[in-house]
Amino acid sequence: ILNLVTLTCCFMLRDIQESELQKFYSRLLKLLQGKDLGHEAVDSLQRLHLILSQVTTLSKKLVDWLRYASITQAASPGGFFSGSRSRQPCPIAELDGTVSGDFFTVLCVGQGFTEDQWMNVHSFSILRNWLLTYHSCNFSVADDRSVDGSVISIVSATSSSSRVLPPKERLREKSFQYCQRLIEQSDRKAQKKADSDLQKACLVEAVCILDTLCLEDCSLVYRAFPCIKALYGRLSSDLSHARVLLPVAQFYLNHGEMAAVDCECMWQLVFSRFKLFNDPLLAHEFLRFVRQNIQNLPVKVPQYTRSFPNLLKFLAWDSPAMIDDFVDLLPSMVTTGTALELLHTLLDLPCLSATLVLQQRYQDLHCQYSALDAFRNPTFRGFFLFLLRNEADTIDRLSVLHELLIESADWPRVVQCAQTVPVLLHIFFNTVLKVADEKLLAQLILVQLERSSLLLKVPNYMNEIHRVFSYHLLKLCKLHPSLVVDQSHELLDFAGTTSNVYNKEELYTHVVWVLGEYLSLSCDSRCSVRHITSCFEALEAVLFEITSSAPPPGGMCPNPRVITTLMSALAKLASRSHDLIPRVSLFLSKLRTVSRSGSVAWCSDDDDLVAIVTRGEELWSLLKTPGVAQSVLTPPPHVTKPQWHKDSNVAMPLRLQTLTSLMQPQ
Amino acid sequence: MVRCFLIHTVCGLTALGPGDSRVLYSRVFGPEQPEHNQNQELSPEELRLLLKERLVVVARQVRSAVSLSRDASGRELVEVVPGEEGLALQEADIGVVRLRAGQPFSGETSALWLSILNLGFTLVCDPNDNLLLAEGTLRTLARLCVEHLHMLGQGSEVLLKSNRIDFLLSRLLPHGQLLFLNHKFAQSLEKEVALYMTK
Repeated sequence: ILNLVTLTCCFMLRDIQESELQKFYSRLLKLLQGKDLGHEAVDSLQRLHLILSQVTTLSKKLVDWLRYASITQAASPGGFFSGSRSRQPCPIAELDGTVSGDFFTVLCVGQGFTEDQWMNVHSFSILRNWLLTYHSCNFSVADDRSVDGSVISIVSATSSSSRVLPPKERLREKSFQYCQRLIEQSDRKAQKKADSDLQKACLVEAVCILDTLCLEDCSLVYRAFPCIKALYGRLSSDLSHARVLLPVAQFYLNHGEMAAVDCECMWQLVFSRFKLFNDPLLAHEFLRFVRQNIQNLPVKVPQYTRSFPNLLKFLAWDSPAMIDDFVDLLPSMVTTGTALELLHTLLDLPCLSATLVLQQRYQDLHCQYSALDAFRNPTFRGFFLFLLRNEADTIDRLSVLHELLIESADWPRVVQCAQTVPVLLHIFFNTVLKVADEKLLAQLILVQLERSSLLLKVPNYMNEIHRVFSYHLLKLCKLHPSLVVDQSHELLDFAGTTSNVYNKEELYTHVVWVLGEYLSLSCDSRCSVRHITSCFEALEAVLFEITSSAPPPGGMCPNPRVITTLMSALAKLASRSHDLIPRVSLFLSKLRTVSRSGSVAWCSDDDDLVAIVTRGEELWSLLKTPGVAQSVLTPPPHVTKPQWHKDSNVAMPLRLQTLTSLMQPQ
Repeated sequence: MVRCFLIHTVCGLTALGPGDSRVLYSRVFGPEQPEHNQNQELSPEELRLLLKERLVVVARQVRSAVSLSRDASGRELVEVVPGEEGLALQEADIGVVRLRAGQPFSGETSALWLSILNLGFTLVCDPNDNLLLAEGTLRTLARLCVEHLHMLGQGSEVLLKSNRIDFLLSRLLPHGQLLFLNHKFAQSLEKEVALYMTK
């Protein structure tokens, strides 16, 4: 209602001062929020009533101002040479200079303007808000359906239509005509740049108003569509009108089905050909459009789910501004069909960002980037075209691409983009868990392992990605433990590669833990002794290698956490296949002897070494009693997930015991 | 309806903490009462602080957006020679920040910003506002402010002559309402403004 009051007051500009209105608002709000509505509150409400009773009257006035403003120019003030001839009222002109042949709108110009022409501008400016506010709440302040008897209305009613409509419908009708005329007028070539900008703004407003009107009264859809379609035809070839096309798209989305209009080319245009990623306002409006229709788009627009490569360009270009929108949008892009490619695309987002920069600089001959030579080189054209694709597709030989783009690793735009990727990956994995089947999840694990080394070398980017991968690998395997047996071959390949200990320690630690934890008969009946033994041997070899030699030249010592995780994993596996126990014990006892002799090459910190040896001793003594070791290292599910409260035999005594202890305090 | 109009700094100032922004001028349209006060009575002073805090939140968000976008584009800022303000205006960056509901306004809003050197001009718009029109209005407002208040040079006229900006807003953005003005309408308003400025 307060919005409406403001709108009302926009009209009474000269009557109500803004400061006064402000005071009135504050007082009213305070009074209404108070507990008891006293004398003062009643007084204020009466005033509000007075203002609101103007609403219906104003609604009628709006019609007059919109549709029947004078069509002659106001006399220009005080021209020295103004003779008798110029006193003749001159008709108003269109923006291209021709004499206007129809009613006055905001796109008409003259030397001076009359009062009602000013009101026309104000009326159109508030029209959309007015329709939204006034028509959404039904006022009973004055009889809304009473037919206005003012002189102007009678004149106008007889002049334009034979029957007289109630005020609400009449406003609708006149607004409709006004918008149609604006759309028509916007086709004229404006002489000033400011006016051609205004034409675009008017088109947006007009289409939005038509949309609002059609939502209120669906019979208008059939009348509006020819005009909207013609507008689409006019603008679709010119991407400088992209921002105007968004409300048109919204109109198609809202009413296309009802009018049985083919929307195919519209969606093709919006989702595949909108490439103006470097226009921040278009990007904002476009993503807002997608966000507002997020429920409808995947259903009504088949292209939507395949268009993510194009949508992600907006993010790659201006990540800090767009990330907020993509946090909301990303879940809608994750489907079983697109998940894998979407994951690859997200991981290569910094590459896309770099490529967009190169595309922008393509014409710039002074630019010193050597990657630009690669961009111009036809041999590598395919890579870049792939990154710039609009629809889902695939590529191999990523490492070559990463080599070509290595220079971009410190470009600010690329760095900003790389910083947003981990956030999006979290959202991606959280969503994909809800939609994916086991087959897809298994593929996702493979992608994680494969892509852990195939990433653009942006500082810290790889570590961040590994952290996300590790977190979700764990989560995935916890939910579907049988995946580990399924993918044991690939996981083992990864865990058996010693170099991964040094350059992917985070992910490596988690893979080893997952193998030790879930490669067991209790997780999947397919798990055989052969599985366990081969896994044991691979891990043993790595552990032996890293603890028997110094780290590679220039490299760091292996992380103590990797070593303890490897030891625990070996102990766990051994506890499931007792033949392996002597081999672990032997290793652990050797470890103790080695460490007694002082420092070792593979661990630089003494405290770390002590911790490793302690862990080794614990495991060793545990493995001396295999039965205990198994129940500690591979506890049966009823121990890890106790559900006693659900068991009717156990639960009752427990409850009784609790109750007794409460009632009989010691 | 536009929620508010701000003029603030977008560069680091020695007197401010990192990431901070100083609001030089602010104008809030519509009811001033914060919508989400839970039953508690706020004293006028508390209310004033709350509203001020809100505007600072917007200013800081815009400041971050401006500096990130400047980093990304890698363009150097050039000092403006007096008399060449027009050039600076043409090269002004423009952008928009999405403000989620409750951060800090009740509904979702868009903060449209325009930055010239170390100055930011911001319009906070409702979702129903026409952003194309708002963009045009913001450019006009910024141009008139720079022209009439010599904002790019030294001095503190923006703080001392805020009544001039008040007047400007009362004409170009009455009650926070964006107006569809063609160049003839705009000319007659600008004449009125110029007359006021020389007073």
